[in-house]
Amino acid sequence: MGYRSNLEQILSEGKFAVTAEIGPPKGADPNKIKNKGEIVEGYADAFNVTDNQTAVVRLSSMGGCFILLKMGLEPIMQITCRDRNRLAIQSDVLGAAAVGVKNMLFLTGDHQSFGNHPNAKGVYDLDSIQLIQIVKNMRDNGIFQSGDKILSGNPDVFIGAAANPFADPFELRVDRLEKKIEAGADFIQTQSVFNLDKLNTWMDEVRSRGLDKKTHILPGITPLKSLKMTERMKFHVPGVDIPDHFYDRMKKATDPKDEGYKIALELIKEVKKIKGIRGLHITALFWEDILPELIKESSLYPRP
Amino acid sequence: MIITKQKDFNDLLSLIKDGPVFIVGCSECATLCHTGGKEEVLLMRKDLEKKNIKTTGCIILEPACHLLNDKRLLKEHKKEIDEAKKILVLACGNGVQTVSEIINDTDVISGTDTLFLGEIKRANDFEKRCVMCGDCIQDLFEGVCPVSRCPKSMLNGPCGGSIDGKCEADKEIDCIWDIIYNRLKEKGQLYRFKEIRAPKDWSKSTEMRRVL
Repeated sequence: MGYRSNLEQILSEGKFAVTAEIGPPKGADPNKIKNKGEIVEGYADAFNVTDNQTAVVRLSSMGGCFILLKMGLEPIMQITCRDRNRLAIQSDVLGAAAVGVKNMLFLTGDHQSFGNHPNAKGVYDLDSIQLIQIVKNMRDNGIFQSGDKILSGNPDVFIGAAANPFADPFELRVDRLEKKIEAGADFIQTQSVFNLDKLNTWMDEVRSRGLDKKTHILPGITPLKSLKMTERMKFHVPGVDIPDHFYDRMKKATDPKDEGYKIALELIKEVKKIKGIRGLHITALFWEDILPELIKESSLYPRP
Repeated sequence: MIITKQKDFNDLLSLIKDGPVFIVGCSECATLCHTGGKEEVLLMRKDLEKKNIKTTGCIILEPACHLLNDKRLLKEHKKEIDEAKKILVLACGNGVQTVSEIINDTDVISGTDTLFLGEIKRANDFEKRCVMCGDCIQDLFEGVCPVSRCPKSMLNGPCGGSIDGKCEADKEIDCIWDIIYNRLKEKGQLYRFKEIRAPKDWSKSTEMRRVL
């Protein structure tokens, strides 16, 4: 059978997948992305390009994806609902699909008040679940959100969504995952995992509802690069849960970078053991060059 | 209730620049918000005089958004209005426009910022409840409105940033989706949370249109 993308093939064949994030630069220099792409090439199956992450303006997700495609890397184009309405987003889905983007991940988006343009008006014409359903309907039935028909070429994309297992009440989080799957999410990347107990509790409920069989779940792993980054993520990034024992280790470490790397290795080892997990999503924020070592040492190299 | 906030006095002074000023208040929302009732209008008059800006008079319209009432009431103050170089309106955005429709040969200055349609929780404590979208769908959300009360207007919330029942955009406010979820839970109707709500029909919004 034909697969839409390399990522879909690996997941469908039951192989353990690895995706990794490539953050676009704050500027139009394509070499910034190319250099990152060269470093991580071969160490993950597909690469997320973020869409004005944390509401900070950067080179667009679509532009970044095109650069990766030219290099022969498989991108996952992230699209948020914060900056564009339903016309713009559907148009971008068609445009990116036409150029060869095969994976897309849909998010509601961080609120604009967090970013570098806090005076902006947020759009939020849609939410992530509505957007997933719209793109699935465009792909499978050739219909736009309005009911109007697509005339020449449905966007044949592998649909991704995000999940946060770490916010309470966790039943609500599993309910939302279920809604995303029902809407059409083929794969799920989670918020960065630091709290293994919470991930396990969430996965217990995911498995008891059989949701791990209906989608492919890839927990997020973020190597902590410094104490400053640990504190920023622990105290300021919405939805991230860094337990105190990891925070203490980062505080006491003589080499925080090395400690953060060790923590990431430990987390990967534990997460791989959890039943129902189909891969990992590595977001090495501004530390993409750690990926090769991390993947090799976790016995995830070579990639299929 | 239309919730307003008086502009910063120094900002107002730079908008007014020089007088004389005629001050307009409103008997309804702006009175209850304490931004343009009798008390606030008289205080504004005193404060302006202290800054050597002359005032020719003042009036509390009943209410400022009523065109015919305004015409009648403002006529009684024609002399004071004619003497003024600036009309300062302490009413909502609608009040300012109804006044400028009647007095169109003098500068009309908005003395308040209009914030939202909301609830008076207690004196001077207001909370947003409605964005007047033209298509009320609160029956789907246990009688609360995520369009106006979720900063991302999510109809399938909450987002991943809602932690311990608090909003990602402002930790001081309750996540409206936490409230919806808990109401459903209390009623034993959590199955309704799983229903996917369709994108909102904004064609029913009254943007740029006149109704009735």
